[in-house]
Amino acid sequence: MAEKFDVIVVGAGMAGNAAAYTLAKGGLKVLQIERGETPGSKNVQGAILYSDALEKIIPDFRDDAPLERHLIEQRVWVLDDTSYMGSHYRSEDFNKPPYNRYTIIRAHFDQWFNRKAREAGALTICETTVSELLQDGSRVVGVRTDRKGGEIYADAVILADGANSRLAVKAGFRGEIDPKDVALAVKEIHFLPQETIEARFNIGEDEGVVIEMAGKISAGMMGTGFLYTNKESITLGVGCMLSDFKEQKVTPYELLDRMKAHPSIAPLIAGSEMKEYAAHLIPEGGYHAVPKVFGDGWLIAGDAGQFVNGIHREGSNLAMTTGMLAAQTLIELKAAGKPFSAANLAAYKARLDDSFVMKDLKKYRRMPEIFHHNKQFFTTYPELLSRAAQTLIRVDGVDKKTKEKDIKKSFLASRSLLGLLGDALKFWRAVQ
Amino acid sequence: MHSVVCIKQVPDSAQIRVHPVTNTIMRQGVPAIVNPYDLFALEEALRLKDRFGGTVTVVSMGPPMAEAALRKCLSFGADDAILVSDRAFAGSDTLATSYALSATIRKIMDNMPVDLIFTGKQTIDGDTAQVGPGIAKRLDFQLLTYVSKIVDLDRDKREILVERRAEGGVQLLRTSTPCLITMLEGTNEMRFGDLDDLFRAARYDLKVWDRAAAGIDAVEMIGLKGSPTVVSKVFAPKPRSQRAEIVDTQDHDPKNLAATLLAKVFTQHPKLEQEIAKRAS
Repeated sequence: MAEKFDVIVVGAGMAGNAAAYTLAKGGLKVLQIERGETPGSKNVQGAILYSDALEKIIPDFRDDAPLERHLIEQRVWVLDDTSYMGSHYRSEDFNKPPYNRYTIIRAHFDQWFNRKAREAGALTICETTVSELLQDGSRVVGVRTDRKGGEIYADAVILADGANSRLAVKAGFRGEIDPKDVALAVKEIHFLPQETIEARFNIGEDEGVVIEMAGKISAGMMGTGFLYTNKESITLGVGCMLSDFKEQKVTPYELLDRMKAHPSIAPLIAGSEMKEYAAHLIPEGGYHAVPKVFGDGWLIAGDAGQFVNGIHREGSNLAMTTGMLAAQTLIELKAAGKPFSAANLAAYKARLDDSFVMKDLKKYRRMPEIFHHNKQFFTTYPELLSRAAQTLIRVDGVDKKTKEKDIKKSFLASRSLLGLLGDALKFWRAVQ
Repeated sequence: MHSVVCIKQVPDSAQIRVHPVTNTIMRQGVPAIVNPYDLFALEEALRLKDRFGGTVTVVSMGPPMAEAALRKCLSFGADDAILVSDRAFAGSDTLATSYALSATIRKIMDNMPVDLIFTGKQTIDGDTAQVGPGIAKRLDFQLLTYVSKIVDLDRDKREILVERRAEGGVQLLRTSTPCLITMLEGTNEMRFGDLDDLFRAARYDLKVWDRAAAGIDAVEMIGLKGSPTVVSKVFAPKPRSQRAEIVDTQDHDPKNLAATLLAKVFTQHPKLEQEIAKRAS
């Protein structure tokens, strides 16, 4: 293989497609290599699309992207075994185009996104695994694939190969992912007729609802659950830190089965037919887990660089944005006639620091550590809240003052006053 | 050596769902693949190319999205691909399809003589196994169906010797080329294409032939007009309501176990008991 490219992008997920599209649009000769049968065939996400990040790459994406429903209502539920306490926010403002968030199905969306990249001039090959990076000293000069005649050269390689990034690990750019920095999420897609979904969630055609869940749904582990409405299906899933799964010896599907049986969730999916089951690793180590993301002839984007904001359930937008920024960095250097050296590629890190990506990760940098060491946020508090609500709501002849006293007592019995104050303080500091 | 391989893009039947209410097949969102049986035909053609050199042309009739299936075949090493696509073909049954494909192959033969035509045994969506034989008949080619092995090909004598799986055995058949072969499944294993093939497939300027380009003037022979087959009803077979009963052997005295099981069978099938009793007497 004598052909040489300006850039090779490894992976055709959100980061890879954003990078390939931006590079091709910018006139660079780009080859994209995907391991799966088609772009998206191996990619797993909830999935919610945040318009803003994609708009910056393809402003008119709404014309032909496969979108399921735009979201008009956000529910946040805290669950114990039999109840949920929640806040629902629904606004007609979310019903005015251009819509801010959509549910998508990645298998469809990624094919569209990749088609856009190819139409812009990128060359994509699938069912090809990059086995390692070709290096000349410390400089990355290309990739070796598992196909015959499989060495391909390029001036730069963008690693957008997902959470595990075997390539970055093999090349020594980053370590193996730490089980405490990664969530294992499982999800199912359940088919339901469109009319049933719209009736159950009180929504019109194309309108969608998101339910984010925390509490006993994670069985004492650090994690959350979710339920999204698609056009003709419901996606629901749960994810917890891998280290917690290891410790608690609970299997992810047990957790998901328990979630589906919860009296607040079961009626929403009743009568549905399970279409798909998927599992995925989500890097949630946050700010401190982000490795070095550039060097001589290489850049890391998306999950491979641990760019996930676990607190706000954002990942795909960070992936797209990092892919785009990596591409823009290369385009700019190429235009200036500068080589893709480590010193020059430091501009990528500067762009990241200047964007919402690193700013948000930095803001929540303490969050993972706090949640790891304070499991009461996932166990004790949901139950206390539920009990308090029930005490207040149930009319049973007990006077309100006594009820309030009981609630206070229940909180103090579970967490000392100092504990309660400490938790509040920790939470406050974490979001600062 | 020029082989033409006819392929079809089909919905992955392993992933097809039936609408729970209307009982209709839901194709939406079901991945489209190259009919798996056709891949055995393609691989066999590629093996002949490995041995004798030459060209492998892949042909498919279908909607524009079938382009992906043809590109896939190119990535395995096929040299050329032609998509025969026209609204006029919509609604074609096997009769009309074999007409359109034979016309297409005749056009191909105008440029380069064809030694062999390959098809899969059948498709996984229609399951008729009629299009291959239909093409052979229309082109007046010898027809070899359910071929499990190409034993020999003598290009000078224009003769081919194949093994054909038949009921109760294997036939060894010799015939003259050009001929049409429908390849049996499991007879070879599709190769993992070179990087060069992948690049070529991705960049290949796919030829799309409409009705006129395929040399078809007789509109009444294609599409709905040329298709006498009428699908009057589609329904999902009722799943069996009876479940297998599992008898725990520990609950029964082993001496009586056989009798117990027989009694259970006979309660389900009283006629069977009568019949056996009759024969015994």
